[in-house]
Amino acid sequence: MIDLEWVKDYIDIEDQDLKELAVKITKAGINIEKVISNHIDNLVIGEVIECEMHPDSDHLHVCKVNVGDRVLQIVCGAPNVRKGLKVIVALLGAILPGDFEIKKSKIRGVESNGMLCALYELGLEEKTEETYSKGIYEVDGKAKVGMDAMKYLNLDDTLYELDIHKHRNNDCYYHIGFAYEIGAILNRPVTLPDDKTNPIKDNIKNHFSLSVETDKCPYYLAKMVTDVKIGESPEFIKRRLSAYGMRSINNVVDISNYVMLEYGQPLHFFDKDTLGDNILVRNAKDGEEIVTLDGINRVLNSNDIVITDGKKPVCIAGVMGGENTEVTENTKDILIESAIFDGVSIRNTSNRLDLRSEASIRYGKGLSYEYTEKAIERACHLLEKYAGAKVLSGMVKHDKIDKTPKIVKFKSSEINTLLGITISDDDVKVELNRLGFPFEYNKGEFKAIIPSRRLDIDPYVNDIAEEVGRLYGYHNLVSTLPSVAIKKGEYALDIKYRKIISNRLRELGLNEVKTYTLVSPKMASSFRYEDKKQITLPLPMSTDKSVIRTSLIPSLLKVYEYNRDHKVNDVNIYEIAKTYDASYNEESKVCMLMSSNYLVNQWHGVNVKVDFYLIKGIVQNILDYLGFKNRYTFEKCELPDLHSGICASVMLDRKMIGVIGKVHPIITKDDIYVAELSLEALMGKVKPIKFKEAPKYPEIVKDMAFIVNYDVTSDEIISVIRKAGGRLLTDIKLFDVYTGEHVALDEKSLAYSLTFSSPDRTLSEEEVMEVFNNIIDKVEKEKGVKLRNK
Amino acid sequence: MNLDNILNDLQVDLETVFSEQNLNEVKAKYLGKKGEITSLYSKMKDLSNDEKKSFGALINNLKNEATSLLDSKKEEIEVKLLSEKLQNESIDISLPATEIKIGAPSILEKMIEDIEELLMSMGYDVVDGPEVEKDEYNFEMLNLPKGHPARDAQDTFYVKDDELLLRSQTSPVQVRTMLAGKGEKPIRMICPGKTYRRDDDDATHSHQFMQIEGLLVDKNISLSDLKGTFDVIAKHLFGEECQTRFRPSYYPFTEPSVEMDISCHHCKGKGCNICKNTGWITVSGGGMVHPKVLENCGYDPKKWSGFAFGFGAERLAMIKYGINDLRVFYTNDLRESRGFDRKEAN
Repeated sequence: MIDLEWVKDYIDIEDQDLKELAVKITKAGINIEKVISNHIDNLVIGEVIECEMHPDSDHLHVCKVNVGDRVLQIVCGAPNVRKGLKVIVALLGAILPGDFEIKKSKIRGVESNGMLCALYELGLEEKTEETYSKGIYEVDGKAKVGMDAMKYLNLDDTLYELDIHKHRNNDCYYHIGFAYEIGAILNRPVTLPDDKTNPIKDNIKNHFSLSVETDKCPYYLAKMVTDVKIGESPEFIKRRLSAYGMRSINNVVDISNYVMLEYGQPLHFFDKDTLGDNILVRNAKDGEEIVTLDGINRVLNSNDIVITDGKKPVCIAGVMGGENTEVTENTKDILIESAIFDGVSIRNTSNRLDLRSEASIRYGKGLSYEYTEKAIERACHLLEKYAGAKVLSGMVKHDKIDKTPKIVKFKSSEINTLLGITISDDDVKVELNRLGFPFEYNKGEFKAIIPSRRLDIDPYVNDIAEEVGRLYGYHNLVSTLPSVAIKKGEYALDIKYRKIISNRLRELGLNEVKTYTLVSPKMASSFRYEDKKQITLPLPMSTDKSVIRTSLIPSLLKVYEYNRDHKVNDVNIYEIAKTYDASYNEESKVCMLMSSNYLVNQWHGVNVKVDFYLIKGIVQNILDYLGFKNRYTFEKCELPDLHSGICASVMLDRKMIGVIGKVHPIITKDDIYVAELSLEALMGKVKPIKFKEAPKYPEIVKDMAFIVNYDVTSDEIISVIRKAGGRLLTDIKLFDVYTGEHVALDEKSLAYSLTFSSPDRTLSEEEVMEVFNNIIDKVEKEKGVKLRNK
Repeated sequence: MNLDNILNDLQVDLETVFSEQNLNEVKAKYLGKKGEITSLYSKMKDLSNDEKKSFGALINNLKNEATSLLDSKKEEIEVKLLSEKLQNESIDISLPATEIKIGAPSILEKMIEDIEELLMSMGYDVVDGPEVEKDEYNFEMLNLPKGHPARDAQDTFYVKDDELLLRSQTSPVQVRTMLAGKGEKPIRMICPGKTYRRDDDDATHSHQFMQIEGLLVDKNISLSDLKGTFDVIAKHLFGEECQTRFRPSYYPFTEPSVEMDISCHHCKGKGCNICKNTGWITVSGGGMVHPKVLENCGYDPKKWSGFAFGFGAERLAMIKYGINDLRVFYTNDLRESRGFDRKEAN
């Protein structure tokens, strides 16, 4: 929050429309979220020239109020209203906070043309019993009747609420830093506030010694004042602090806050009497304790920095002071600390103690060492002026801070190249002056020095380009396309496979879904068909997102359940996503889940149901599409959470690459089929496509059926048929599986249709029969089965 | 005997013929073995040779004409029968079709594929990297050293101590790509992918989300080039009339940094709820690759420059398709996502 009335102390912006200025500042990179103004139209100073009791009330008064150009009759209920009093008058049409519009009215039969106001009614004070009993605000007798009331009260402030990006939040959220930003935009100079004092002869060194025993405090300055008179703050300090949202405590405490809001430098005031003669800054000891200003006992550890009096802690450095050395009404002598502590350490301490103070926030963001000293001088100046303090001469210092200036050497051509603009050396000089960056210029070479307040700027030409660019205005950039070589963009190999499979699955009618990588331990423990350990996050947000999944099946099952519960039928879905095991091995998986119907047209009697053989067809289609025909098999096995009788592992070149099966009825009563394949396993080499001529000579087709034991698989029979069939057998199709009449209970009949052909001649019935009989012979002998109906 | 009468009789007989069977009976009556025309041949034996010749010709003629009459009647009956058959086979074509269900892409993937297609045509490769990533690549090398304030805000899921994490941005893929380029190869790539941050899931936050980042490193690349590139992307996604603007911003890995806005496609820049009455919507961030990042990844900032940009896939899709709850992307309600199985003609 920036108070523009306050900023006017440092830069001349009297001529500026503050709303327009806000737009300019936003365009240059400091985002002003809101322009807040206290201004209320139709609010003027008036004088009560007559004040009579209301004829129908024992507490209302009927007043005649002079508002400059006329006299109004206004009914007022405040106890302190009286003749001769100067008051704040809300005229007809004024809109007070809470969207309360002042209208002409009759109060117990008497006309009233306005309202006399208390500060809480203007949103300037909290409404409490105390402020309510004070009644209407009594304006200073010197106030001019008819003038704008907010202006008179000096409350006509405009505030900017900032949304500052992280790189500028260390210099733009205090008033002097913000003045420099306005200075750069308007090209106007900034004047720093008065910090002169009249030090007494007595030197701080006679009273006080400092030692620093931690490298987390590179800069520590202390000054001492005596004989302070604790009292109320001057009005301007009270108002500015309250505009910022801080309560006025007393003149001394307020000054430390005021200077912090001017220079961004937090100060700490110790009561010198309770502190003693020493300060030792060191890392806290584990378990060391301190009661902070808010009355809470804090337990420290060795990562914290403490200020001690040589023995006990008196302040958690950069976070909050201790109660033991607090400035009180009786304080006379004060030791002022202005220091720089390690920002990361302060942030960690403040997070760990869950104690965020105005100081800790600022330390976390970083501070300018130049302002550390300016701030302490300024505080002394204000204490002398507004608290009657005597300032001791001298300053106690610990100074290990790196003051090497950041210097950037560059040519304007480098800026032009980076931004794609054309500005001259002279233009660059103007910009550097506006920014307040001192520079040297020699034959086209710039050497610019970055002021210490600009902690966000690194010594790179890019940083200068950004400063120049934002003032030049990005809206002035002309769009160009990079002049680079023409080439074709390509998918990386794994993405290419992901896309190929993804597109194929969509063509096959499966909908793509996107689910979470992090799952609950319960989900993570299901469908663990692989021997993989899982990653559990050391610090999860919640247990339901605490394990990195190794299978997508549980996630897809959840999507199925959601859709089923919302009456969505025929859920056929897939997802391709990465999984990780406890050794951080990555494996991308292709997961499919199918249910209910695949193809349906109810009135027409078309209904292709999803079953094992359908999802097997989908998997086969993918494998064939990728060129793996005849290289894969499905091997029946038992896998966790899958139906023990309807479940197989998918083998490619005899290696397991995935699973397929029906979800175990214990998990869901619905008929759900799933398959999951390793994407990496599908990225293998395949043969190029070759043209294969359709058979020229007639094919001979012959059928055979075998009675086999129920447990014998068709694949076993086929493999014997294929081997026995030799080159003339070009195709085998299973066309019937039969159980029932004429077949024993533990047996089934498998019927095959065999195609024989030769690429170079017409086969004779005799040679086909020879092969055919050989096949029957081999199957009967090797598998111990019988030919049916022979 | 009048031969002409035979033809007339035939024509009269044919008038009452409606089926193939009737036709065969009529055919037999005239052209059968004992048919009226056939039997004329038997009368020829009493005639002289000359008469035979001329009478024979007459009968042949008669026979041909009769055959032709019968044939055309046959055709007529067949046409009628076929038309009756088709009439009977007529269906109600308004009954529901057998729907061929093609699967829909996930909304996010559709969004990503759209951008991939465009940027690949501009020479950008599409690459990917691990989601369990090194802290070094996710932060350190991107000018986000330990203790950097931006790290607090990122609120990362750490997987192992402070070494391994679930990547909080896809930028580590940029680092990996530059390291692989060894400071020699120009780079043009995008890296769409999943990212993770410690946010509670609600209408505008998700602990898992997707980014689409792009990186171009070459010689003499400027911020104006990024502006031009962004223009092309914005117009591709939101139409030719889409305007763009850059605003100064801050990211640790770019310098200068910008936020990239598009004119509100909903109100055409006039101001509405969607653009919070500004006429503009922020859709992307980016800037010139920070010289420290170039250095860290082996590219000499004196020789090379480049730009980087990043989109939130969810945010883009929400703006483009008018979705107002981020959870939609991860709920996978098929009633919603099935609508995305179609081509969009721009």
